[in-house]
Amino acid sequence: MRYTLLMHYSEEAGQVLPPEVLEEGRRAMRSYAATLQAAGVLISAEVLQSTASSTTIRVRDGALQVQDGPFADTKEQLAGTFVIDVADLDAAIAWARQSPQAQWGAIEIRPGATHTVAGVWQPNT
Amino acid sequence: MSSAEARAAAEHAARASYGRLIAVLAASSEDIALAEDALSGSFEAALRHWPSQGVPENPEGWLLTVARNRQRDVWKAAATRTAAQLDETAAAHDPLDSRESPGADTPPGSYDPLADHDPLAIGERRLELLFVCAHPAIDPAVRTPLMLQAVLGFEAAEIARAFAVAPGTMAQRLVRAKRRIKDARIPFAIPDRRAMPERLFPVLEAVYGCAAISLRQGPDSLAGEAQYLAVTLAGLLENDSEAWGLASLTTFALAWSRTDGFVPLEEQDPDEWSPRLIADGEAYLRKAQPSGPPGRFQLEAAIQAVHADRRRTGETDWAALNTLYTALLVVGPSLGAAVAAAVVAGRLHGPETGLAALPSDGVEAFQPYWAARADQMMRAGLDASACYLRAAELTDDVAVAQFLRGRAVVATSAEESRAPGSA
Repeated sequence: MRYTLLMHYSEEAGQVLPPEVLEEGRRAMRSYAATLQAAGVLISAEVLQSTASSTTIRVRDGALQVQDGPFADTKEQLAGTFVIDVADLDAAIAWARQSPQAQWGAIEIRPGATHTVAGVWQPNT
Repeated sequence: MSSAEARAAAEHAARASYGRLIAVLAASSEDIALAEDALSGSFEAALRHWPSQGVPENPEGWLLTVARNRQRDVWKAAATRTAAQLDETAAAHDPLDSRESPGADTPPGSYDPLADHDPLAIGERRLELLFVCAHPAIDPAVRTPLMLQAVLGFEAAEIARAFAVAPGTMAQRLVRAKRRIKDARIPFAIPDRRAMPERLFPVLEAVYGCAAISLRQGPDSLAGEAQYLAVTLAGLLENDSEAWGLASLTTFALAWSRTDGFVPLEEQDPDEWSPRLIADGEAYLRKAQPSGPPGRFQLEAAIQAVHADRRRTGETDWAALNTLYTALLVVGPSLGAAVAAAVVAGRLHGPETGLAALPSDGVEAFQPYWAARADQMMRAGLDASACYLRAAELTDDVAVAQFLRGRAVVATSAEESRAPGSA
């Protein structure tokens, strides 16, 4: 069963935290990714740039609308994702609680519905 | 056999084994809604077949086998829909066909599927189901309703009544919770020792809720089943003192539950209580041997044990109750405990002290507050009729409302006889 861990936290932290704290955070993230990999549960992970560089688009009546900024303007923003493949929700919670981001943000655990393998949709099992 | 007799046998089997069968069926599919559908289908089949064929020797095993066949039919149908290529067996099998044919409904008489499940294994399946219903990923407000339905077999409408919400709303909440369990894949498993402390309390809370609601359901209630569940839970966990506290507490409550109207515990004749259940309640409480200070359920059980002791001594030890309530208000402060503690203070030091000790915040719609206040006012010689009527308005228990209205009448006539110029 694949779950996506959606990491939400305030983007201000990156601007106000001292460099040594940020470095400590990066170290924790390296070790977290290595732990997930060693356990054989990591499918992919990505940390996103801040929403300051985000662009949101829509097509309405055939016309492209391009908007500067994120889809939702909230205090806490989606900042990255981990996709893991584990047995059940308890296992997903056990991994999510070890994530460094759980200490300062919130992690939403969403079960996957379908995903692609070599460009073909597969059900999540 | 008449269809009425078959219906009675099926209903008896339903009440006696619903929770056991759901636990076994849901464990294999991790899909509570499917298990419920399959089981209700097998009860319908029982009503069709038992009048002509007689009630099987092992009704529970019969129901389980038919329900399992139905689960398999649904799986096969789902596999037929989703499989890219039909495999031969799936194609050859038409699930609708087997569902209606009596042959598929009727299990071979010699086969006893429950024999595969020793009582302990069934207990474990039920325990797993309890942990699913009270999982932290399930909204706390729906945990007790979910247990009442999935583990004890209450109808959604009955649960809605107990929680004072519209039946449709409750049914929707239950459906949503079951879908969530399936879709998010909440595991059917007993958490390991490390996770137990954070996982067990919500389970105990929800079982406590089941017992409290079952006790109000009248003569046909599942209060005995809720108490059995609490005792099973404690037995399977072996050494958890709070679980034994809950087992003890629910057993005492059962010892003085009555079907002939409401009588306050204090005014009941202890000779009418069940000596066997009181002995069990005491035995379970002795099994609760905490390594630290006693928890909420043990303290509540100890409070019940003090009340039970009136059977032996002929009087209530209010000083002991005072000590226990003081501890309870530290460990598990609640409005209910604060009101009960004030009542105990009133018995020890007089009704004026009791009235002064009653909490004042958030009591406007809290039924026990108005009942306790009325009682203390009556004892203090004040006009309690309005408080009794307010308490009667706030309860959804007909017997309790009747009792309180009766007291209001007594309070009014007492007031009239005190009024200047009368008599």
